[in-house]
Parts: sequence; structure tokens; C-alpha cells
Amino acid sequence: MERTIRVDRPWSWRSFFLQWEWLLVLIFLAVHVVNSLLSPYYFNADTFLQTPMSFLDKAFLVLPMTMVIILGNIDISVGSIVALSAVLMAVAYNAGLPMPLAMALCLAVASACGLLNGILMTRFKELSSVIVTLATMIIYRGIAYAILRDQAAGGFPAWYSALGWDSVGGIPIIVIAFAACAVVFALLLHRTSFGRRIYGMGSNLTASRYSGVRTDAILLTVSVLTGLMAGFTALFLTSRMGSTRPNVAQGYELEVIAMVVLGGVSTSGGKGRMAGPLLAVFIIGFLNYGLGLVNIPAQVLLVILGLLLILSVLVLNLRFRDRHPRTPPATEIAGP
Amino acid sequence: MATPILELKHISKTFPGVKALEDVHFELRRGEIHALVGENGAGKSTFIKVITGVHRPDAGQILVDGAPVEILGPADSQKLGIAAIYQHVTCYPDLSVTENIFIGHETVHPVLRSIDWKELHRRAGELLARLDADFDPRAAMGTLSVAQQQIVEIAKALSANARIIIMDEPTAPLTARESEDLYRITEALRDQGASIIFISHRMEDMYRLASRVTVLRDARYVGTWNLDQIRREDLITAMVGREITQLFPRRNVAIGKEVLRVEGLSRTGFFRDVSFSVRRGEIVAITGLIGAGRTEVCEAIYGVTRPDGGRVLLDGEELHVAGPAQAIDKGLGYLPEDRLRQGLVLDWDLARNVTLPTLGQFTTLGWIHTGKENAVAKQLTERLRVKAGSVFDRAATLSGGNQQKIIVAKLLAGAMKVIILDEPTKGVDVGAKTAIFEIMNELAAAGYGIVMVSSEMPEVLGMSDRIVVMREGRVAGILETASSSQEQILRAAMPESRAR
Amino acid sequence: MSGAAPIPVEGTVRRAAPLSESFRELGLLVFILLLCGLFQLGNHNFLTLGNIRDLLTNTAILSILSVGMMMVILTRGIDLSIGSIIALAGMAASMTVSAHRDIHPLLSILEGVAVGTACGALNGLLIARFNVLPIIATLGLMNVIRGGTYLLSGGAWVSSYQMSDGFKAIATGKLLGVSYPILIAVAINLAFVYFIDHTRTGRRIYAVGSNPDAADVSGIPRRRIIWLVYTIMGALSGLGGVIWAAKFASAQSDSAVGFELSVIAATVLGGVSIAGGSGKVSGLVLGTILLGILNNALPLIQVSPFWQMAIQGAVILAAVLTNVLVKRNNQRSALQRRVI
Repeated sequence: MERTIRVDRPWSWRSFFLQWEWLLVLIFLAVHVVNSLLSPYYFNADTFLQTPMSFLDKAFLVLPMTMVIILGNIDISVGSIVALSAVLMAVAYNAGLPMPLAMALCLAVASACGLLNGILMTRFKELSSVIVTLATMIIYRGIAYAILRDQAAGGFPAWYSALGWDSVGGIPIIVIAFAACAVVFALLLHRTSFGRRIYGMGSNLTASRYSGVRTDAILLTVSVLTGLMAGFTALFLTSRMGSTRPNVAQGYELEVIAMVVLGGVSTSGGKGRMAGPLLAVFIIGFLNYGLGLVNIPAQVLLVILGLLLILSVLVLNLRFRDRHPRTPPATEIAGP
Repeated sequence: MATPILELKHISKTFPGVKALEDVHFELRRGEIHALVGENGAGKSTFIKVITGVHRPDAGQILVDGAPVEILGPADSQKLGIAAIYQHVTCYPDLSVTENIFIGHETVHPVLRSIDWKELHRRAGELLARLDADFDPRAAMGTLSVAQQQIVEIAKALSANARIIIMDEPTAPLTARESEDLYRITEALRDQGASIIFISHRMEDMYRLASRVTVLRDARYVGTWNLDQIRREDLITAMVGREITQLFPRRNVAIGKEVLRVEGLSRTGFFRDVSFSVRRGEIVAITGLIGAGRTEVCEAIYGVTRPDGGRVLLDGEELHVAGPAQAIDKGLGYLPEDRLRQGLVLDWDLARNVTLPTLGQFTTLGWIHTGKENAVAKQLTERLRVKAGSVFDRAATLSGGNQQKIIVAKLLAGAMKVIILDEPTKGVDVGAKTAIFEIMNELAAAGYGIVMVSSEMPEVLGMSDRIVVMREGRVAGILETASSSQEQILRAAMPESRAR
Repeated sequence: MSGAAPIPVEGTVRRAAPLSESFRELGLLVFILLLCGLFQLGNHNFLTLGNIRDLLTNTAILSILSVGMMMVILTRGIDLSIGSIIALAGMAASMTVSAHRDIHPLLSILEGVAVGTACGALNGLLIARFNVLPIIATLGLMNVIRGGTYLLSGGAWVSSYQMSDGFKAIATGKLLGVSYPILIAVAINLAFVYFIDHTRTGRRIYAVGSNPDAADVSGIPRRRIIWLVYTIMGALSGLGGVIWAAKFASAQSDSAVGFELSVIAATVLGGVSIAGGSGKVSGLVLGTILLGILNNALPLIQVSPFWQMAIQGAVILAAVLTNVLVKRNNQRSALQRRVI
């Protein structure tokens, strides 16, 4: 008896709306409601176009970090990569290198840092991503300190600040750049074989390998992408600050990881979507803005982020607990 | 006649889809060394687990010293004085021998609560001395050889005053000299009052150590004999002799040219000098006992691990694969032994699982055409008669047999030349088994070269054209199926006597 | 099953085994002596009594915390929040002293320890009970606690003149010529040796890291042990925090930022394996001293203190990679001895 197998995807209103991302949308709206209560002039185009400029620099990191966490790994060296590439760019420029080249150098250095992370992880699989990125986090920022000590470096050409402060057609350049990158990353993750393989590796690394996924190549690519995006962050951050020091982007790793996890991406890997972290970026960004409205110091944001990170992980752990475990316990399979 | 120290009566145990033990009897006399034999899958493993409390029997009775007992868990079993020693020792590799023996019940100073190391080391040394072992109890477990680790396990059993000791294939990982040491130790244990169940595939072991032997076959009890009254050939017949009730689909396949050739393949520590060939349309079975190296050979061919020597030729061209990805590209497919961990992404639906190895086919410049993907998945799953409602069913929800079919579908999505199937019908119900055999025949008829690793004798004889028998990391022989018997195969697979 | 058998080394194992384990400690000791020699050549003031005392006092806090970190790493975990705990505990104790000048220093220490213990217990709860990854839990709490420090102090510092002399004496006081911090560190280390090598609970910490699954099966309370190590880490961080505030005679919300990295470096350098289950106290002490020497001596030979961070990172990476390479080599030779 032949049974036809359906190819129409099952769909229901209920399951559609029961997704994590809708919760985030609610929180997003709630943040805006609260903010508007705090400031009567809140709802205008200016707020929504200008405010993101202040927090989108680190948002570039959220894109590859989503991939990293879906892979089941973590990367706490991103802040240090930002610092090192920014510092080298500033130093190179001040040593005579033309600014466009210095910017290219920034991206190159950042990508190289990411590449090193990837090489260490693929060559030394015994080491977890935690310890590898912990070590490189220290080394990269350490090099930045060794180069620039406690000085600042800057003196960039006037047009450079346009990158982080100006707009084109009314829309800030940084927003355009981020939107473009977000689209690229979202498509990569959700519509390409590359993204599919990332999910596979995060869900079951062994089975992916046996199924012909080039796991090393994918890990390396994601690492380089992480570095590259850190380079973008460095470019925009430095442009906005006008100068750079070795201690920039300190704490970025926590913020970025918190945004990704808040976005519904489970640290156990294989799950989550780009939409969530993107929403989380704006939630945190506008939340921070709101805190500023009431003159709450920036440190409070760190507390909130830490709490959000932990809470999100707790909730996600509970949510995914009953689903099929990643590696079934040996006794169950072995049977007789 | 004295009461047996351990007795199992009418023991049955079933797992979902497979009957592990059916109405099994066993009787262990005080102070005897009793051998237990059977092929892979005969039920020995479950048997041990029932005695050690890991599994509870669905039916039957266990008696210790004549009195019925209830073993609800490993703790109960230990309290009854039962201890088991396995091939693969679970231990704390970074801790010392002494600690591994005594962890959980170290002697402490009555007031200070500090561990009395001197005392513990001394006691450990004593236990080791009883077993004629000469290594330092202060050494870390991880630095010991397998033989030494086994001795520590035995010492652990002694320290727990075990009266019934089960030894599961203890000589499998040992060298000849180490096996001799183990024989001595086993006999010493018996002389000191223990009763031992000794599970082994080595004729030498049994005939040397044991007084009686019990045979299990296909989850059933076959019989118990005194070892000085049964010849080796008859023992083998008892282990395999069965009516082949399973019908294997008939085949009339034209066998073509050679498609896969393995020459002198070696991997240090796992297998040596393995050579065989496969022709188009042919099914070559690789069989042997557990630990013989069958899966290791396949994984080396497929690129999961890297061999240290030898070469593999596919259609005459030497294969240099850095990993499974390249193997698949070249036309070599593999159905892994552990389908849940290695074969499928359980969280995913069928479609995505099926298309994972061959995603390149469904993409342009990386962009996936989900419509095409789903269509191909539907086509393949229907062709293999997978019982599922839609291609979006999660792989975890399928039965074992259907899961296997999905993994086969994965291999069919691409253009393969050779397919290696590692224990394709393990944990699969009878109906699905037949389906898988039919699929194998179809593939052979379509010109694929098929390699099938299997421990099931009837399957090996029923499906293959030739049989590669592996033994302890080497090829013991290559037989023509048509002229082979189960006894022949088993005899080739079983390790020779260790005499120098 | 296709699984590989445990990787052992053939042949009889005699007293040789302890020797090969001490190899690392011996190497560290030799390296330390070499370094001291080199540094002394670079700057004759290095091996003076004054400098050595300075060195040891500075290393004392590092030592106290590395004891806790060793236990955490033994269980395959990590703790990034200890710098923040130092800040919080130090701030709490300092603020109390600032408000009640006549409070006995011992009570201040107790207060710091209590604060630290609470933080550590929270870490432990998240990790052991709620299965949060150690990196995530401690990264999150690191920021929460530091933010908490800021909020507690209202952004203000507690400076030297606000602290009682008794409080500051916690760090500056001496007994028989040896400063209190050194004595405390020595006491903690001694207590640690006793705990980790001679008590059941201590040995269980090793077991949990060596083989967590076996631990579960053999009835060792794995979750409780994991909770315990983070709690102890917190307590020790609290203690370190009070000494820190006393020593620097100031409590700021950004005290000890990044200190956790030094502590991890010292622990890993001392041979504690990041994979868990192995590490010796003797190695830990040597690793801590080595790191302390580096921190002290490099400025003396005109190496900019700004290289400190990079060197620490390199040290961690080198130590961890060395471990991996040694393990691979062992496995390879063990496989070679398997006779096929």
C-alpha cells in the first residue's frame, strides 16, 4: 500500500504566535511605551533614526555571534578584536598610512584575529571554544595595551567621523550598513547551504561530519566572519568616538552574547533564528536610551544585561528540556 | 548436591522492538568457573545487566544461595556480593589505583576525618599482591595498561568481598602474556572462594579455565555442558546452529567490474594489512566479533579517520579523502553503526536529514531551493516506503527501521558508486529488515558495490556474495558465501589459541 | 561496539609514574630559578628582602584566589566573576568600616567572606542546579555583581582616610616580620592541601572532574560538589576582596577588573588541566609564584607593565596547548604498543 508523503508544511496560527520572537516584539513595544511615558517628545523620526547610531556599532557582532552560538560554541574575544584592530588602525594612520588603507588594515587585522581563533579551534579540538577565546581575548587586548599603553590615538580626518555620525538620504550610514549586513547574514543563515550546515553542526556535530559537512571549513569561516564584523564594529565605534584606546569595547562580549541569548538562541546549539537577536539589539538599545532619560547610570545597564542573560538561559533551558536530547544516553540505545 | 550460589530461572527481557532474553536458565555452582558463550546479540550483555541490576527482567526469578532475591538496582546486586568486570573499565583516570578501588568508602581518621592514605595504600597493595600484580597502587589509573586496569577492577571486586564475579570478555584487549596472568588470577580467585562467570569468545580461555559452559543463542538458552565432554566443533554448532527461518529476497544480479579495492590498509592500534575488493552489483559482507576492527576499517575508508598505511581505490583511482565530504563527492557512501549519534540529526525533519550530504545539488551559489529539496525527499522516502506522514516529520519520531531508511535515502540522493552499510538491521524490526534487504538488492541490481558489516550470521549468509572475516584487527579470511557455513565463519572469526 | 579501548601504556608501572608527574613541577621550579637569576642580572634590586616581601604580599591575594580557581577548574568549570566579587566584598567591608570606625578587623573579614560566599553560592546554584554553562553564569554574574558594587557605593569611592587603621592593618600588619596577607595565604594553602588531598570531599572534587558520568553512577553527589566549589571560590574571593581594599587602601567599583584572568593564568600555569580532574597543589603554588614574579620583575627590568596582559594571555595559551600536545603524544605511543 503506497502512502503519499506530504510536502506541504504544517501550519497553525497557534504555533506561529507561540514563538519566542513574538515575546520579544512585545517586550520591544513595552520598552517604547515606557520610554514614551518618560519623555513626551519620544515618538518622532529623530529618536528612531538617531538613537540606533549610538548602539548599532556593537550590533555588527551580534550577527556572527548568533552563528557561533548556534554552532554550540562561544566567543568572548570579540571585544578584544575590536580594540586591537581599532588601535592598529589609529597607530598606522598616525604613522603615515592613508586613512582608507588604515581602515582596510583594521578589517584585515580583525579578520586575522578571527582566523587565528578558528585555526586554534580546528587544530586543537580537545580545547573548548571557551578556553581558546579566553586566551585570545587576553592576548589581543594585551597587544593593544602593549602598543598604545594608556594613551589615546586619534586625529582622524574630518570625513571619517561622517561614518558614524552622518546620514544619507536621512538615514544614518551606520543604519544602512548594519541593515545590509543583517540581511546578508540572515540570508546566509536561513537560506543557504552554509547556514543549514551550521544548524546541523550545532544540533549533532558527529552526524554532520558523517554526512559530509566540512566542519572545519565552516568553523573557520564563521570565525573569520566574526573577526570581520568586529572590524566593522571597530570602524564605526572609532568613528563615533573620534579616537581610540586599548580599553575600548570592554564588556562587548557580555552585551553581544546577552543579545543573542535573549534573542532565543540556545547555548546548547542547533536552535534559534536571526530575527530574535536582531530584535534583542533594538530592545537593549532603546532600553539603554530609556535609562538615560531618567539619568540612570550606565552601570545599571550592565546589571540588567547580566540578569537578562541568565534569565534567558534559564528559560530557554526549561523550554528545550523536554525535547529530544542531543546525545541520547548510552543505556537507552545500547539496550541488549 | 550443593545449592548453586546463583540461579536464573525463566528469565525474559524485552526492549522496544527486540527480544533480548527469552526464558533463559542459568546455574552457577559454588567455586566453579562457568563459561558463557554466544554470538554477538545472543543476549550475553543483557544477561549480565540483569544480574548486576542495570536491567530488571520482565519475567523470571533470580536466586542467590537458593533464596529468591529482588535486584532493583546496581546497589542491590553489589550487596549480594555480585561484581562485574568489563572490557572497558570505567574509572577515574586521573586518580590513583588506590582511590579507584576505595572511592566512596575510604577509611578516615575517626576524629580528624582525614583519609588514612598509608592504610589505604597498604590495603590496595595487599589486594594487588593477592592478584600477583606488581605495580604501584599510587600510580594514576590512566597510566596503566588495559590489563593492569582490569586487575584493579578485580581488586575492587575483592575489596567489596564479591563472591560472584562476572568477567565479560576480559582477554579481548590483552596480549598473550597478559592473558596468562589473567588466567592465573582467575584461578586464584576461584581458589579463594569466588564463583566466576567467564564470558569469552576464545576457545582457549574456556577450555583452560572453565569446568562448564552455557550457550545462549538468539536470546534463548541452548544448553549447558561439561567442558571435558564437548568438542569445540560441537560447541560452535551449538552457538550458531539454527534454522534459517528468515527469508532473504532472491537475487539475480549480474556482477560487473571491480569498483572498490582496499589494499593493505592499516591504522596503528586498530587494524593491520586489510585487503579486499568489491565489484559492481556485488554485496560483500564484513563480519567478525566485536572489537575485530570492522567499523574502524570502514571509517578509515570513508575518511572519518585517517589510516596510517595502505590505499583505497575507487574505480581504479586512488582515493585521498580528508573527510567524509570528499568521500561522498567521489561516490562513497556510509551508513554508520550508531544511527542516532552518527546517522541522523534527530531534531530535524526527514527532508533536511535526507538532503544534508548532497546539499550542493539543491543550491545555486549556495541558495537552497527548498521546493526541489522537499520534492526529492518525498520521492526518496516514498521509494523506500518510509512510514511517515510528511517530509516535515521529525526524525526522532520515526521507528528504528524507518530511521535506517532515511539514512539510506541520504545516500541515494547523490550519485554513489559504493555504499558501506554498518550493521544496517541492528535494532530494526523484522518487517523493516526485509525492506532493507530488498533495498540492498535493488541497489546491487542498479550497479552499486555494497559493503555490509554485520554480526548476524543468517544475514551475512543470506545476503552476501562474499564474506570478509575479520579477527583482532586483521583479515582472517575471505570466503565465498555459496560454499560457506555458519560454523566456518565463526571459527575463522574466533581468536586462535594463544600458545606461543 | 567500535569504541576504542582506554588508552593505556604497556608494561609494568613502577615508581616511575610519580616521577613523570613531578616532571612538570620540577620544570616549573627550574624555570622559576632561571628567571630569578635572569631578573637579578637585569636589576640588582630584584632579590632584595624588601622586594621579595613586596612580591609575596602582592602574590598573596593571587594565591588565595587561585586555590579556589583550582577547585573550579578541577570540576571542568570556570569562574569569571571573581574580580567582581573582590570589588563587592571589598566595597561592602570598606563602607561598613567607613561608617563604624571601631569595628574589629576580623569582623570586616567575616563580612567580606560572607558577601563572597553568597555570590559564589549563587554561581553554584545556576551552574549545578539549573545547568547554566559556567562561562555564561559567571559572565552574567560578573556584570551583575560589579553593577551591584556600583549601586551599593552610589558610584563613590571609599578612600584611605575613611578606613580605620585596624582595617588597613589587615594588609600592612605584620606578625614576626611576615605580613598578614602572606600568613593568610599560607594558611589557606595549607588548609587547601589538607582538604583536597586528605578529605573525602576533596577527593570527590577530583573524581567529578575526572569522570563525571562515573561519579554520577557511583553515587558521588556531583551537583552538590559543583555547587560547593563555586561557593568556596566565592568565599575566597570575598576574603581576597577585603585584603585588596585594605592593601590599596581604597574600594572602588572598578577594583580588580580583569583580575580573574591573572588567577586563571596562575592556575593553568601551575599545571591544572583545563579538561578537569588533574592538578597538584605544589604545581599551583609554583605557578602562582611564577606569575607573581613575572608581574613584579618585569617592571624592574624596564619591561612596560602594559605587556603584562599579553604575557598572561600567551602563558595561558602556551600552557593549555602544551597539555594537549603531551596528551596526544601519550595516546600515540600507547596505540603503537597495541599489538595487532
